[in-house]
Amino acid sequence: MTQAHLDKFGRPIVVVTGIGIVTSLGQGKDDNWRRLTAGESGIHTITRFPIAGMRTTIAGTVDFLFEGRVPAPDLSEKLATLAAEEAIAEASIGTPGDFPGPLFAAVPPVELEWPERRQIADAVGHYPIVYHDLLAAADSGKFRPWHERFLFGSVADRLADRFGTRGQPISLSTACASGATAIQLGVEAIRRGDTEVALSLGTDGSVHPEALIRFSLLSALTTANDKPAEAARPFAKNRDGFVMAEGAAALVLESYAHAVARGAKILGVLEGCGEMADNFHRTRSNPDGRPIIGCMRNAFADAGITPDDVDYINAHGTSTPENDRMEYVGMKGVFGEEKLARTPISSNKSMIGHTLTAAGAIEAAVSLLTIANGRIPPTINYNIPDPAIPLDVVPNVARDATVRRVISNSFGFGGQNVCLVLAGEPA
Amino acid sequence: MPDTRAARREVWITGIGLVSSLGEGLEAHWEALTNGQAPITDATTFAPYVVHPLVKVSFDSQIPKKGDQRQMEPWQRIGTYAAGLALEAAGIAKNTEILSKTDMIVAAGGGERDFAVDAAILNDLSTSNDPGRMLNERLLSDLRPTLSLAQLSNLLAGNISIVHGVTGSSRTFMGEESAGVEAVRIAHARIASNQSEIGLVGGAYNAEREDTLLLNDLDDFCLKGEFRPVFSKPEPGIAAGSMGAFLVLESPEHAKARGATPIAKLSGVWSERARRQVEGALGDKVRALLATVGADGANAIISCATGARDATTPEAEALAATGRPVRAVSNRLGHGFEAQFIAGLALGALCVSKGALYPALAGDPLETAGAGVSRVVVTSVGHWRGEGAGVVEKI
Repeated sequence: MTQAHLDKFGRPIVVVTGIGIVTSLGQGKDDNWRRLTAGESGIHTITRFPIAGMRTTIAGTVDFLFEGRVPAPDLSEKLATLAAEEAIAEASIGTPGDFPGPLFAAVPPVELEWPERRQIADAVGHYPIVYHDLLAAADSGKFRPWHERFLFGSVADRLADRFGTRGQPISLSTACASGATAIQLGVEAIRRGDTEVALSLGTDGSVHPEALIRFSLLSALTTANDKPAEAARPFAKNRDGFVMAEGAAALVLESYAHAVARGAKILGVLEGCGEMADNFHRTRSNPDGRPIIGCMRNAFADAGITPDDVDYINAHGTSTPENDRMEYVGMKGVFGEEKLARTPISSNKSMIGHTLTAAGAIEAAVSLLTIANGRIPPTINYNIPDPAIPLDVVPNVARDATVRRVISNSFGFGGQNVCLVLAGEPA
Repeated sequence: MPDTRAARREVWITGIGLVSSLGEGLEAHWEALTNGQAPITDATTFAPYVVHPLVKVSFDSQIPKKGDQRQMEPWQRIGTYAAGLALEAAGIAKNTEILSKTDMIVAAGGGERDFAVDAAILNDLSTSNDPGRMLNERLLSDLRPTLSLAQLSNLLAGNISIVHGVTGSSRTFMGEESAGVEAVRIAHARIASNQSEIGLVGGAYNAEREDTLLLNDLDDFCLKGEFRPVFSKPEPGIAAGSMGAFLVLESPEHAKARGATPIAKLSGVWSERARRQVEGALGDKVRALLATVGADGANAIISCATGARDATTPEAEALAATGRPVRAVSNRLGHGFEAQFIAGLALGALCVSKGALYPALAGDPLETAGAGVSRVVVTSVGHWRGEGAGVVEKI
């Protein structure tokens, strides 16, 4: 490894050599990129399960992979598999079933779902039941595979088997920042010299009735059900909640030296990662924006850059009144009013909804495509600007621009914030 | 095999928070482990399942706001409590300056069901003509809004940030026993390689809940009837134990600068993943791990064996082959899944700090008498997947 392969702090430079994406807009990064830059929405009325009686009846579900309903971990696993296959194929690394590095998988928490719970209840043999009766029915051995399927480590474990990643995979959750945390763990492992290569991914296929209703009960979701494609309105004055969505993205991370040595095409650089936890409230950010500001500053410090070096912000931009306002406050604190006004920012969630566990990974992937293509995906549904948060959100139409460096924000329920700094191939 | 490069710089354990069926704090555990008392079990509340219930604790002492306690399910309360004990033991509780730079990794499962609500909904669904609508309406009206937060895996860490002010960073690992191993492995690696100076790492498990008994009994993993030692033949199954276990890990430089006294050194953590469907693969991985960590040079092995079929016997055989005295965490505390490996490290650190091994459990075929202890290997073989090991040493 030569000096050219180290960053300004003497650490191995971490590059991306493979990208895979699946969202409600489609499968594969080409299809997603085309639709994202065309300003298309993947949000639609839910058909997977009955929606009668629900407050929110729309989502960005991925419906083209299975006929009808499957348990959430099955869908999360499938989404991750497709994204990882695409990323590994692009990176052209290892051999099928033998990926030469560890797996960092942002996966949604799982538990038995209602269809399974009902089958177990039916097996009790009588109604009414009490919860304890379910245990005897479980003990019958009729439902053995569900134990493994609904373990928290199950999705990552099967991915590890399929792709032959090295060692024990790490399953992680930092709520809406999970995908970014998976990338951060890969970056850190490569910088430590623990590995030359890592597979980092985020996946979420968990739009099911109870998941949707839980977010409804937190008043976090939009109820603009009539026009699904117009429901996610990040940074607009009439934003009123996020749209739950599904998807996955995978990145093959690699030390620059390793990638150069094997002649890999380099798709971008993971220059820095920052995190800072918020201890203000379980669902709300500290009103002074301190943790968001600190998180972005930590990412800049880790990358060894200043806000002036940033050409574009890939926003967390959930479309909740609270998040978008706090993200503005945080960005203003970091960039200053003038620089912020000059810096384009857009939210992919306006088109694909909030893919929760996957969002940080999908948005990092889209950030890299933004750099590579010199084109910024728009924030759609931006028809009524919010004068309280004046931003250049790249409204409604994609924009050509030279983008050398992006900061991608992810802020999670539970106060877990992660920001990534991504750049193009080293000169 | 992922290597934590233990040689880069040392990692010290400067605080431990441990609460279980045996009590709270290291001294209470040492007393309970050495006074000859039988394991604390409850075979009636959840009969036929046997669990180790949490000792009665005053949550107010670590979670002073009732409002915070109400926002948590028991596993979060246990974990937030144990985290507070660890921060206090390390002497950094309420030290905003240090806590704002403390890196946290929590090994977590998920929140628990509202058992009455679930049963009532299932009963009503069984007679409904429109079960889809009914489920939606009932969930909207019957689920507590705070339940979703209490259920999220990452909200144990979130609660620790809120209650104790740990804000340097916050990560949550999932994946049953492996989550605990990986949490400590990454926290250790980050400090050893100068990516972090001080970290809080831990996990919590509430054994006294029927939804996890249900999940594990789906594939017949639970110990039923009466308690049996973990290395009994045939394998006894899992006797879950309520526990919270947290460690404060620190670089020697950081600890010395603030005048902290280490409890023990965490010399390294290693993890593996056997392809268990292959005959003999698990035993091979455990033997390889024991060789990697230098089990021959240890005075004792503390095993996080679960009692699960297929997993426990290959581990027991590998441990027996080392000739080292063995203690199983689950023989005393029960099995705490995500928290188990961290509890094992806590007991290992306790033993090296005392310079002694606590007595063997009567009736366990593998636990034998031990002598002076300055180096302990802690092993973890998950009930379903994931192998790991760590080493704690006297400083």
